[in-house]
Amino acid sequence: MEYAIEVEGLSKHFGSYAAVDNISFSVPKNKIFGFLGPNGSGKSTTIRMLCGVLLPTAGNLRVLGKDVKTNTDFVRQNLGYMSQKFSLYEDLSVEKNLDFYAGIYGLNKSAREVRKRELLSMAKLEGREKQIAGHLSGGWKQRLALGCAMIHRPQLMILDEPTAGVDPISRREFWGIIRELADQGTSFLITTHYMDEAERCDLIGFIYNGKIIGDVVSPIHLLEQERAKGIEDVFVRYVDRMNKEESSPGIGGYNA
Amino acid sequence: MRNRFSFQRFWSIVKKEFFQIIRDPVSIKVPIVIPIVWIVLFGYSVQNNVDHIALAVFDQSKTQESRELVSLFSNSGSFTVAKDVASISELSDLLDAGKVRSGIVIPPNFQKALQSGEAAKVKFLVDGTDPTIAGTALNSASLVWKDYIADITGQRMNLLGIGESSGFNSLVLATDIKYNPTMENSVFSIPGLIALIVQNITIMLSAFTLVREREKGTIEQLMVTPVKASELIFGKLIPYIVIGYIGFLFSLIICILLFGVHISGSFPLFLGLCFLFVLCTLSIGILISTIAKTQVQAMNYTSLILLPSVLLSGFIFPREAMPVVIDTLSYLIPLTYFIEITRGIMVKGVGIEFLITQVTVLCIFTLAMLSIACMRFKKTLD
Repeated sequence: MEYAIEVEGLSKHFGSYAAVDNISFSVPKNKIFGFLGPNGSGKSTTIRMLCGVLLPTAGNLRVLGKDVKTNTDFVRQNLGYMSQKFSLYEDLSVEKNLDFYAGIYGLNKSAREVRKRELLSMAKLEGREKQIAGHLSGGWKQRLALGCAMIHRPQLMILDEPTAGVDPISRREFWGIIRELADQGTSFLITTHYMDEAERCDLIGFIYNGKIIGDVVSPIHLLEQERAKGIEDVFVRYVDRMNKEESSPGIGGYNA
Repeated sequence: MRNRFSFQRFWSIVKKEFFQIIRDPVSIKVPIVIPIVWIVLFGYSVQNNVDHIALAVFDQSKTQESRELVSLFSNSGSFTVAKDVASISELSDLLDAGKVRSGIVIPPNFQKALQSGEAAKVKFLVDGTDPTIAGTALNSASLVWKDYIADITGQRMNLLGIGESSGFNSLVLATDIKYNPTMENSVFSIPGLIALIVQNITIMLSAFTLVREREKGTIEQLMVTPVKASELIFGKLIPYIVIGYIGFLFSLIICILLFGVHISGSFPLFLGLCFLFVLCTLSIGILISTIAKTQVQAMNYTSLILLPSVLLSGFIFPREAMPVVIDTLSYLIPLTYFIEITRGIMVKGVGIEFLITQVTVLCIFTLAMLSIACMRFKKTLD
């Protein structure tokens, strides 16, 4: 099987604190992988290492089959990243934002125009090219940010809480777009705190206190396996189990 | 295994930055408003040109010749005869009370001295409390005196048809002021003021450029793109060079219009070296931008640089008067060198051969700061 992401014994220490503690998982291509975990669990640190922005303390990281450390250029050219902050230039127009990232990713003029049309239509922003990005509402901003993040047709998209603070209608619309892109062959890693979104993923994995709990499985499989009603229950159960293990390491009554 | 410098990426940054500046009312106003405000504030308030210094006259000669000398003093514009006194003690009292700043004592034998070459001393007293006033008074007095002697000598030569009279040798004041004989203050302060304005505009604008991206989170997005630190930094530099240079030209024009300053030396050389200085101060700003975490911090770092540069660069206080430690510190401030350059070209009219040291130092400063900025920026990506 071809993998979009392969993580092996990955750790990141800040001083004596282990933000990410020896985690391993892999995500096949063309899937939407939901990367779940509470705030401060190590999600963002892992993502930053995947993007090649942060260097791991230990472990191996392969993105699209290539080692991140030795193929930084390849990874940057084939990976799209979108953060919850929608890092757009709010003082520039929709079109100027797209133009800028097109230039940064080295698209030539004709390719740029074609790609811009595609993305404007995908983000349902046609006719708003001249509008200032800062004046767009949440859902539109989010879709423009997605467009900017994938102007270079990345094979893997990493979305860090892309729906935080966006209304339900826009969230549903957004997931529609994501699903369509995944069907067309883009791989996704998405973090979210919305459990309905987690259930829409092809695969999910939990991270807590810098450690991966359980396996990377499909949500349906996980619910069956844990005999739980919803992802949230599983999540809470995992966290409880972890906390008990940590407070009484000698007993170790559960097998995760 | 990093890629090469890409012109396309660099140019994308230039365009983006330029559009952002155009949309930012502050960035547009800074190069226009700062020159006006600073020139008016400093140009006029730092004016320590003193005229109409109160003068007390103790004329013991009371002759036509002595009155002529006194009227020369008051006609010079530098002095106003405030009072005729009848004794030295009266004059001292006036000086003590600060009612006059200067006094002239003409000896009883003044006329005789002129006619027969008898030894005589005209005393000129100055209140030294304010060195600026004292300096102006002394210099003006010596100029008036010189004129008077030259005039008398000329008359004498016409009358007698002979050469130099020997009677005045003991009375000649040996003060010689170069470059700025009238001690016109604007001639001295304006070149420094222009340098200071250029520095402030460029540092203020560029110090925020990267910090703003960090605060808004756009830097996070840039970090995952193939863009290189050098592309980003040089790309950001270009629009600010344009803005900074516009600010410089604008201040130059105001100074020429308001103060009638002119450039004694080569104008193209002046324009060229200003360009170098704009680059140099922009690199300071960019460096601040890579160090500061927030815009507030950037503001603090900026004032941390601006204040010492105003005080130590020789803009207001002469560096000759500074203690060695402080004077050594002033060598670390690029403005110090550029003020020497502007004064050299504008006032003294010197060419590049006299400014090699300053130009070299500015080049080194610029290269060093840009390199550090690029390296620091790479680090912040990690």
